[in-house]
Amino acid sequence: MNFRRIKAVAFKEWRETVRDRIFLLLAFLLPVLWMLVFGYGLVLDVEHIPLVVVDRDHSALSRDYLYRFTESRYFDFKGSLTSETEADAWLLSGKARAVIVVPEKFGERLLAGQPAHVQTLIDGTFPLRTDITKGYVLAINSALSGELLADYVARTRGLSREQAKTLVQPIRLEVRYLYNEEVRSAWSIVPALIMFSLMLAPPLLTALGIVREKETGSIYNIYSSTVSKIEFLTGKLTPYVAISFVNALLLWLLATLWFQVPFKGSFGLFLLSSLIFVLTSTGIGLLVSLMVSTQVAALIITMVLCTLPTILFSGLIVPVSSLSPGAQVQAHLFPGMYYTNIVRGTFLKGVGMNVLWADMLALALYAALLRLVAYRLFTKRPRS
Amino acid sequence: MIVSGVPRSKRAAIWWGRLMVMTRKELIQLFRDVPIVVFLIYSFTLSVYISGNGLKSQLHNANISVYDADHSFSSRDLIHKFQPPFFSFAGELSSSNEGLYRLDRGTVSAVLDIPPRFHEQLAAGEPTAVQLLVDTTNSPQGLSAASYAARIVAQFGQEASLARFGGSAEASQNLPVIVSDHRVWYNPDQNETWFESISHLLRMITIFAMLLPATALVREKERGTIEQLLVSPLTPLLIMLPKVLAMTVVILCAMAVALFGVMQPIFGVPIRGNLVLLFSLTALFVFTTAGMGLFAATITKNQSQVGLLTLLLIAPMLMLSGVTSPMEAMPPWVQYLMTLSPLRYFIDVVYGILLKGNGLKELWGHVLAMGLLGGSLFGFGMWRFRRQFQ
Repeated sequence: MNFRRIKAVAFKEWRETVRDRIFLLLAFLLPVLWMLVFGYGLVLDVEHIPLVVVDRDHSALSRDYLYRFTESRYFDFKGSLTSETEADAWLLSGKARAVIVVPEKFGERLLAGQPAHVQTLIDGTFPLRTDITKGYVLAINSALSGELLADYVARTRGLSREQAKTLVQPIRLEVRYLYNEEVRSAWSIVPALIMFSLMLAPPLLTALGIVREKETGSIYNIYSSTVSKIEFLTGKLTPYVAISFVNALLLWLLATLWFQVPFKGSFGLFLLSSLIFVLTSTGIGLLVSLMVSTQVAALIITMVLCTLPTILFSGLIVPVSSLSPGAQVQAHLFPGMYYTNIVRGTFLKGVGMNVLWADMLALALYAALLRLVAYRLFTKRPRS
Repeated sequence: MIVSGVPRSKRAAIWWGRLMVMTRKELIQLFRDVPIVVFLIYSFTLSVYISGNGLKSQLHNANISVYDADHSFSSRDLIHKFQPPFFSFAGELSSSNEGLYRLDRGTVSAVLDIPPRFHEQLAAGEPTAVQLLVDTTNSPQGLSAASYAARIVAQFGQEASLARFGGSAEASQNLPVIVSDHRVWYNPDQNETWFESISHLLRMITIFAMLLPATALVREKERGTIEQLLVSPLTPLLIMLPKVLAMTVVILCAMAVALFGVMQPIFGVPIRGNLVLLFSLTALFVFTTAGMGLFAATITKNQSQVGLLTLLLIAPMLMLSGVTSPMEAMPPWVQYLMTLSPLRYFIDVVYGILLKGNGLKELWGHVLAMGLLGGSLFGFGMWRFRRQFQ
């Protein structure tokens, strides 16, 4: 290994990158733009569910009951309908995702101490949202049930309201939210977005590096030069690792200053693991670059290879523990998950090396393995 | 380009002939690239299977540990209620500090803390409380865990109360409570493989539809072969359109393979609407998305630029069009921005046709929006292309 030669290759690559102004601009703009759009746009909370109601009762109680839905931030009231067939059409066209049907004699029955059935029709197209909608409806129903029941018990047994309440609901659940005390969607999304950006952009930056030289033929200059394999690969990657590492810093600044996400852990640890992660993700691009012979193939394969596991298996949206066993194996084979643990750990949990060492080790092994394979694949004397 | 002195009908025939020849050229060029073909097949078969099979977006198996300071019949009974599929019991703790330790390490996502005298208080009709610590580093999952836990505890409490008064199931029939009846439509069993495999298919179609034509055009620019095409008797339209047509054909075939080879036989995804409508609207979507790709191709000079630019555009399309996160909850400016994403309309089209059996009657607005978007993107691309080369 000769550092002068590495420097020469890196310098050549850097010059080529800088000369391409649009490319350079995009390389720095892309993570920042994503962070801004996703930081605001990627809201995972299910809110503003479009709702229509069918009130067959028209009593004071039914109005009070439906008011609880319309004033809730979880539902957006879209209108009151007269029949269920009409409601079907709303669900079918997707203008409403849920329908509440209040039966006749709803108020009368409840006031007489009898149960009343309320029917909810929910669009099942998106199972997670269906499930959460169901939960909201149940919560509103049981809140009103609890009040009605307490009133009823107080009336019939001659107890005070407080006593009746205890009787109806003897156990209280005190929930303490840890790490993200106000349960802000942005706080859990923004740190993971650093992972998202650094997992998608760097491989694409490097993917074209070698295959471009193969396509234009300039790789023959390298073949015939005294530069060794390892010097070439190292030099080739250096500018992209540098760009991506600077991006990691920019994203950290955006997260802490713009989105005001608390950073509770050690900054040094964040920097070190980000560097390892960037080495890993650039390594993926490098590997693709060595395996294909056209830039089109390099682009498509890198994008498919990185985008889907990053969205699905990296813990960004669905935690790895809720995946099926087969998918969990996949998640562990993909580097994104480890870095998600590290960013969420350093930002929100404030945990250190003693907790995160395994994730860091996995990433480091991954980076080393990718380089080893790349070294074996690259040859200065290609057949044909 | 004018073919003078040739009758109109003949001119049309020549035009079509050229279109076909150029489309064939694109197909040959695509299939010559073996890695792309391998990846295309993988993406629409195995990959659909894996993501359809593996993903659970509902709260599943949230690991919960319990610190039980009471060790009574009631506390054990309550612990027993935290069951799969929502919770999976991850052992008892010897102290509440151990709970925090495990939460820090991420080995559990919730810790239930039952106080001493829990059973005693419950039996005496005194109010009591149990504590739940929830990891909210992933906020929606944390919230659902808390809401499931609240439901379990509330029901347990009510049953305990009723039991204390010797109340039977019959007695509870005569209480003023609201009984919730749910009917889930279009996917009554909430089969997640349907949702996940369809959304995966949508993602794959988007990536390929945007990237393939864009890179094919930029490649010609980069290598200079575009100059050859321009001196041939081809209009800019006849250079750009075949790229889209070729990819449309490929993607429709790939979709048929995914739908009839994986999704229908393995996952039992229903096809309730009209298949012809589904495939024609997919063609429209591919055209629209390809228009976006071609637009990106006309404003960039080389593959690296077009790669980064399409990635910049594609990620928000994939993440914010309504599959990954609900449209309604996004801030208004993001919703406006996403009206420019063809995928936003196509999602409703595909889920609508497959699961709801929607027809044009429900979907015409979306079709119009996609057509307008595609037409203007393609038109703008053509205009840029003309200006660049003529």
